[in-house]
Amino acid sequence: MNIDDIFLQRRKRWNSLLQIRKNPPEEMKECPVCHKKIEKALLRGNFGVCTECGYYFPLSPRRRLELVCDAGSFKELDGKLSTGNPLDFPEYEQKLAQNQMKTGQTEAIVTGVGSIQNHRVAIGIMDGRFFMGSMGTVVGEKVARLCEYAGKKKLPLVLFCASGGARMQEGLFSLMQMAKTGAAVERYRQNGGLFLSVLTNPTTGGVSASFANLGDIILAEPKALICFAGPRVIEQTIGQKLPEGFQRAEFLLEHGMIDRIVARSELKETLGTLIALHQPKKKDKNHE
Amino acid sequence: MSEKRELTPYEKVLAARSSERPNTMEYIEALFTDFYELHGDRLFRDDPSIVGGIARFHGQPVTVIGHRKGRNTEENIRYNFGMTSPEGYRKAVRLMEQAEKFHRPVITLIDTPGAYPGIEAESNGQSNAIAESISYMSRLTVPSIAVMIGEGSSGGALALAVADRVWMLENAVYSILSPEGFASILWKDAKLAPEASRVMKITAQELLEYGLIDGILPEGRRVYQAMDRMLRTELASLGKLGPDALREERYRKYRKIDRTAFSG
Repeated sequence: MNIDDIFLQRRKRWNSLLQIRKNPPEEMKECPVCHKKIEKALLRGNFGVCTECGYYFPLSPRRRLELVCDAGSFKELDGKLSTGNPLDFPEYEQKLAQNQMKTGQTEAIVTGVGSIQNHRVAIGIMDGRFFMGSMGTVVGEKVARLCEYAGKKKLPLVLFCASGGARMQEGLFSLMQMAKTGAAVERYRQNGGLFLSVLTNPTTGGVSASFANLGDIILAEPKALICFAGPRVIEQTIGQKLPEGFQRAEFLLEHGMIDRIVARSELKETLGTLIALHQPKKKDKNHE
Repeated sequence: MSEKRELTPYEKVLAARSSERPNTMEYIEALFTDFYELHGDRLFRDDPSIVGGIARFHGQPVTVIGHRKGRNTEENIRYNFGMTSPEGYRKAVRLMEQAEKFHRPVITLIDTPGAYPGIEAESNGQSNAIAESISYMSRLTVPSIAVMIGEGSSGGALALAVADRVWMLENAVYSILSPEGFASILWKDAKLAPEASRVMKITAQELLEYGLIDGILPEGRRVYQAMDRMLRTELASLGKLGPDALREERYRKYRKIDRTAFSG
């Protein structure tokens, strides 16, 4: 373990202690939509979906991996990648540190290898809570490296997307991530790789307009906001209110932009089934 | 002659947007012969904010695609102020596929305030159209050169700019979004655009220093001559590479373009 890891671990520990002091452990969590107070254990058992109104609470990458990957199968890759401050943007380092404290993550995506229903996969989970899931150089690099890893090891690629768009503080370097990830995903797909993209709330801007929308199969969680320009920008441009449900997963399905909407509780099985359908022909015992 | 003062970043933003500046059509007329415009995405409609077609450059057939802005309000309304809809990016991809089939280099002229943020544009898959254009450009097997001639803003600009070579005019700007948008997202005040222009690092000179673009062209009377010379030189050097080498080098260019920005 090197010094950086020790400090990161300490920071995480301090952070969790601080959190406990600030918010004494509560057994209940309030739904931001219907305001029902739900027991945390119940919410957890319900895949982080409100038992009253069906609102999808955001998940940490760790929880998402628990729900999607076979127990104990995940191994992180490139966990130590960390961004510099390429534009010397004022206060960027402090903002990054705050987000690291808040989430216990080093960046807005966790990537690695794991298995889903016994199929080995390269998998990445974006963390919408970290800097709004924005894509800077590290997020782009981790996605690109994951594509290359998946290509080399002939693994299916699964990406859970959640992003407010490009990381403003890295300027044009962030815009270049659309080119980098777009090229990496494209090369992986051209070489025969299977890319399953899962769009979760929200998938917008530069992430939506690059790798997220390049899946061979694109799935989305119910009611996820999926767009290039956000609803507020559009309202300002056209000067009128947007219709209910505009840019939500159901709207995109209707307009032919995604393949399916899948409930969180069914995602693991769905991904497993889709991966199995891309495996070489199985010997069918009944027909032997 | 007195020394020219370098414009501030925000002055460059204003200069880049000026309708006095030569626009895509004027560059096409000045630099190419036999330009023949082609229309439509074959799916839905023709997006007038993108102009594209076949032309000759010193006799060599090339495909030219660019954002179109108008000289006056009426023209600007017709071209949607250079703000492109999915149909425009899909038309561009169609013309690039054609270029590839007939072994023509692709030259793009970038001048857009960004992709169009409208109801129809979103309904018709703006994200998907931009993503497909980016990924298609990344695997083209013919040479490609992009030139920022005015404002190059957001994914709407990048969709036509994943090229082997990216050049900028000296007062063009290239940014993740407009300084106004940036200021209103980060500081909740679009009026801070001048300050945003400074911290965003959007000028040709700054971007060349970061290695994010390949060169800068002088403006003024000599702009056409300079662009002509640049295109001739770049096409000659890219023309020596075979299809696989072109694709491989381009992949490496974008794969490593930000290598200084992170560690690990």
